[in-house]
Amino acid sequence: MPRRDDIKKILVLGSGPIVIGQAAEFDYSGVQACKVLLEEGYEVILANSNPATIMTDPEFATATYVEPLLPGPIAQIIAKERPDALLPTLGGQTALNLARTLSEDGTLERYDVELIGANYEAIGRAEDREQFAQTMADAGLRMPASAIAHQVSEATDFADATGYPVIVRPAFTLGGQGGGVAHDRHELEAVAARGIAASPTGQILVDQSVIGWGEFELEVMRDHLDNCVIIASIENLDPMGVHTGDSVTVAPQQTLTDRLYQKLRDQAFAVIRAVGVETGGSNVQFAVNPATEEILVIEMNPRVSRSSALASKATGFPIAKIAARLAVGYALDEIDNDITRLTPAAFEPTIDYVVVKWPRFAFEKFQGVDDELTTHMKSVGEAMAIGRTFGQSFLKAMRSRELDAQPDVSGTVEELLTRLEQPRADRYDVLLQALRLGASVEELHARTRIDPWFLRELIQPATDPAAVFAGERSYKSVDTCAAEFPAETPYYYSGWERTAAHEVERGDKPSVMILGSGPNRIGQGIEFDYCCVHAAMTVRASGRDAVMVNCNPETVSTDYDTSDRLYFEPLTLEDVLGVVEVEQPEGVIVQFGGQTPLKLAAGLQAAGVPLLGTSVDAIDRAEDRGRFGALLADLGYQAPPYATAHSVQEAISEAPSVGFPLLVRPSYVLGGRAMEIVYSTDGLSAYFERTQPQGEIYLDRFLENAIEVDVDALCDGETVWIGGIMQHFEEAGIHSGDSACVLPPHSLGEDDLAEIRRQTEGIALGLGVVGLLNIQFAVAGGCVYVIEANPRASRTVPFVSKAIGIPLAKMACRVMLGEKIGELGLPGDPMSGDHVSVKEAVMPFNRFSGSDALLGPEMRSTGEVMGVAADFPAAFAKAQAAAGAALPQSGTVFLSVTNSDKGAAIGLAFAFDALGFAIVATEGTAQAIRTYGVPVETLNKIAEGSPHVVDRIEDGGVDLVINTPTGSGARSDGWEIRRAAIARGIPCITTLSGGYAAARAIRAARAGELEVRSLQEIHGVRPAVTT
Amino acid sequence: MSGYILLEDGTRFDGDAVGAAGHVTGEVVFTTGMAGYQESVTDPSFRRQIIVFTYPHIGNYGTSEEAMESSAVHARGVVMRSATNHNDAPGSTAGWLDYLDRNAIPAITGVDTRALVRHLRDRGAMRGGIFPAAMDEARAMELVQAEEPMTGLDLAVEVTPGEIVFAGEGNDGPLIVAIDTGIKGSIVRHLVARGARMELHPCTTSADALKARGGDAYFLANGPGDPAALGYVVDTLRELVGEKPTFGICLGHQLLCRAVGLDTFKLPFGHRGANHPVKDLETGTVEITSQNHGFAVLGPDGQQRMDTDAPVRWDTDFGAAQLSHINLYDKTVEGLTLLDVAGGTVQYHPEAGPGPHDSLYLFDRFLEQIRNA
Repeated sequence: MPRRDDIKKILVLGSGPIVIGQAAEFDYSGVQACKVLLEEGYEVILANSNPATIMTDPEFATATYVEPLLPGPIAQIIAKERPDALLPTLGGQTALNLARTLSEDGTLERYDVELIGANYEAIGRAEDREQFAQTMADAGLRMPASAIAHQVSEATDFADATGYPVIVRPAFTLGGQGGGVAHDRHELEAVAARGIAASPTGQILVDQSVIGWGEFELEVMRDHLDNCVIIASIENLDPMGVHTGDSVTVAPQQTLTDRLYQKLRDQAFAVIRAVGVETGGSNVQFAVNPATEEILVIEMNPRVSRSSALASKATGFPIAKIAARLAVGYALDEIDNDITRLTPAAFEPTIDYVVVKWPRFAFEKFQGVDDELTTHMKSVGEAMAIGRTFGQSFLKAMRSRELDAQPDVSGTVEELLTRLEQPRADRYDVLLQALRLGASVEELHARTRIDPWFLRELIQPATDPAAVFAGERSYKSVDTCAAEFPAETPYYYSGWERTAAHEVERGDKPSVMILGSGPNRIGQGIEFDYCCVHAAMTVRASGRDAVMVNCNPETVSTDYDTSDRLYFEPLTLEDVLGVVEVEQPEGVIVQFGGQTPLKLAAGLQAAGVPLLGTSVDAIDRAEDRGRFGALLADLGYQAPPYATAHSVQEAISEAPSVGFPLLVRPSYVLGGRAMEIVYSTDGLSAYFERTQPQGEIYLDRFLENAIEVDVDALCDGETVWIGGIMQHFEEAGIHSGDSACVLPPHSLGEDDLAEIRRQTEGIALGLGVVGLLNIQFAVAGGCVYVIEANPRASRTVPFVSKAIGIPLAKMACRVMLGEKIGELGLPGDPMSGDHVSVKEAVMPFNRFSGSDALLGPEMRSTGEVMGVAADFPAAFAKAQAAAGAALPQSGTVFLSVTNSDKGAAIGLAFAFDALGFAIVATEGTAQAIRTYGVPVETLNKIAEGSPHVVDRIEDGGVDLVINTPTGSGARSDGWEIRRAAIARGIPCITTLSGGYAAARAIRAARAGELEVRSLQEIHGVRPAVTT
Repeated sequence: MSGYILLEDGTRFDGDAVGAAGHVTGEVVFTTGMAGYQESVTDPSFRRQIIVFTYPHIGNYGTSEEAMESSAVHARGVVMRSATNHNDAPGSTAGWLDYLDRNAIPAITGVDTRALVRHLRDRGAMRGGIFPAAMDEARAMELVQAEEPMTGLDLAVEVTPGEIVFAGEGNDGPLIVAIDTGIKGSIVRHLVARGARMELHPCTTSADALKARGGDAYFLANGPGDPAALGYVVDTLRELVGEKPTFGICLGHQLLCRAVGLDTFKLPFGHRGANHPVKDLETGTVEITSQNHGFAVLGPDGQQRMDTDAPVRWDTDFGAAQLSHINLYDKTVEGLTLLDVAGGTVQYHPEAGPGPHDSLYLFDRFLEQIRNA
């Protein structure tokens, strides 16, 4: 059956902000789906609150709504657009849950919208633990013994009867959030309570533990004719007990006999059929007892997933693209395999290389957080590598992690073996060291339960890594078919063979290489991938071949469709130079991938590789404090006083000349790694003690109560064009990546703005920028200070591009390829539209028990959302709602501020009182408020005994928390208050300006439903597909 | 110890000699299955062939009795990228390289198998050999040239049993009389598991002798070599077709097709792997199949590709017939159904071993056909 003609307009839901467990893979899948649906002639309505996605580029949909992914706004979009169908299987758990809600609340029926890809019943059978268990039992499939619990006692009754340990998993959450392993009754009480709270349905599954069993995943696709195929098998090196997102995984599976593997394959088909996913992709997870060959079904996702993105990149089979075609009526054999162009998509990829995925963790960002790996996912990104052997892939993936510091693997063999008993982020670093010290495969297997085959294959990587890469580098193709047919799509990896046999078909066109940003991590996320993808589009449009180098399987940049040639390679100098050798590019772009490629710039230049855009010298001039300071002095611009130091002694002697408070950080960092504000010499010593910084340390005067401003600008060396000026909500000192901001600025005067423009121009020309430039300013006491300048794409480029309707990265790339700003047809003032855009950061605090929910100079957010509306309060309200911290419309606000903020707190109290909120506060704040006649209830501080403020929050007696911190004293009342608020999902605002913005936003939301508007309506962009 | 593989066109790849010592020649073919190495080398259809495994790691889970597709190793040699020799996997009784050594199979590892496979894909399967590095290349080439080309070779006589082999004797189901041109153990296991009794006959057995067994059905086995060299089996078949329900797999399919008047041809590099999509032209559904064949059947008009969405029907000496299945990779014939008498065959391997189970239902269907006959 060809495409369905009875539907014309399809609503596609994205996955919202990047959070742990739900990352860039859903932009990749969403983009593929949107492209396919447009190609098939459908109108595509897209909703996603995340501006840093390619899918929200206006050319990928007929109408693009950057709106909160909540039932209300989506229902408004449905009412306005009247789509015929809703495709919910490409936007992760968020989209699936949303589709379920819209089905249950009658919205879909009311507007006659059909769910395609997966229907309501199938979603329920896969996602609801009880229904899933029943469905599996009916199909004759076995699962671990388990019980459904809605109360802690039900969980403990089950475990007391069947034995410990048990695994707790909440229903309807992503990445196993809120789950965990309990080894005894005491642990189970805590884990079960947390799981019940985390589940939107208050439901948990308590499972028989299969810790130590082999963990396997199969990616299945099914079409409406009931044809089923397996796209990839994935084996977890880490046995059951570590979340698959946190495990090192390998494709294809390595340790099962064909006989046993075929049983898994049969069961995977039985699962997708029983759940009733009629068309599309699903992920089925199994536990296999290697000794008894017992197979248990663990779970299935009736949608594309992180694993399906990995499987797509690992095999060259584009699961999301095919899933979209299947959803609109095609059968697998009616769809071409893009890679061979000769054969259909009805087949199973077979590969002749090994793929290894490594998780990327960010525990260094969260002091005091438990870094044990459990069933609760904690990694923030991943790197994938392809090699001819497991050893090659493993080491390539390992170096693709780009750790800031090598893990400490000191100790005796016995100490290392003991460490390995509890899996942590550094598990394989420790394991390799243990092998180097002579630990045996048997001992390692006994401690880790990792299959001996893997352990044995790791001996050479551990003891003689050079031998793993003996011979010559040879670029080979990913072709889905192990060379049985010629590959048409140029997707390459390097393997080492006796003699090089490159398969690269370079052609005669000049090429430009774009270096990607590697694994997602805090501080370097999807925003940079977005810029790299735009660079590839621009290079192709210029008539050159775009060549992408990256190692992140989640991204759009590593889709073989994005560039003319894709090299799936680590982003180290040596790996990149290898690609340069076969590509001989006209130039290399290092400006778009964040700090990763920028760090390679000097080495590439030294090797004689031509770099496009801003020169290495200009980059250095911006990053070297001394040289940058001299430039500012020449220009006559002000910067906060600063000094550099190389030791704690030097820092202490320099501090008085700079003046406290100080902002302290190591040089060359992204995302504010190890950046802190210190108020005294003691604080400074403590900082050095704690972070052990290496190399140059910057000491800056921290400007208190300053307004921070971000500027993104373009420069061609002669002309400067300002794309956006963003005013931060949080005062300077909060990392810009974590601060909410508004474009255009809402409270800066014309004089300040003019000065910011003037200084941006001066710095851009002074540095000699060719391409993008981001500058951070602080405005304090009527004076503009330059905080820092980064001559590269910034985190805010996608947000600004969507706010002004002009793709900044594309414009920058055209400039880097030789065009002048005057030739780009840019408007004079891009910020003069009739709308206001607010960006809000999304924090991962609820993932890490033990982490303070406090914002500071170190970046901790994983993602961002955007709210667009006609005025600031409405845009802010949308951004808050999209970030998952929807502001309450009424109820009780808890206020607690530092002494210096007491005056301002009174204003806040008036504002919330006027909105009809009840106000509660601890003694100091309450007294200040009461003096002005605002009714306030006083709550006990924790030390004053129960019932105290935290009890009140935990009892649900507070709807909004405004709490400004008193410094980073661990385990203070503030810490407990914020932790309790996060645990209950109560919005928690930590700055006064944020509090005022919230009051205005609540007032705006009360005025009625906020209007939804597509980017195409806002900017008047016509849709078109660009490939 | 180092070694090399030399092809008849002079192409050479170096590697490390493993398995049994010495050299070996044969037809060099590749299989794209990612697991099931032991099943492959013990499949009689690989007779006189040197198997190049495209998957780089071979031997991962050792060897075991359960993975035997016959009582011996039939492949002549094995070419790999990276081989393991351990037997600590659950169920494993010997390491893979020890197993090859014990079965006198020379092998080579550390070879750029992908480059070799691309060469075979572009130039076709050809003769070649695995040689120790010490052997002079000119001498090696003489040995390669001395190897008989596969076209025209009757290899069934090498693998067929000397006398009748019985299986499923305790069953009380129908008796299936098989012409054993090199049958895989999995085929026998699947039929016996469904209640059948089986007799595996030497392929030279006459039609009268087979008829005299009083079986309920005939089965035509898989096997090695060129079907065109088995005119005597085709003659036997022509006397059996229509008498009893008949089912055949792989070589058996080619032989039945020849018996109903079709011709066969040599594929450039064959179909060997576990991921080939086959479409049933009657139902429109697709099965992922296990394949291992170097020859294929031509259509009634002599066409190699069946560019059609409907079964191709024509008249034969045994009534109407149709080509019912095609390979979606190259549109070659994958299945034959006789419409007026009970008979049908498939080119692929529903018994898996190694490979997917999508087509196991064909055994159920065969048994049902026998019971309804």
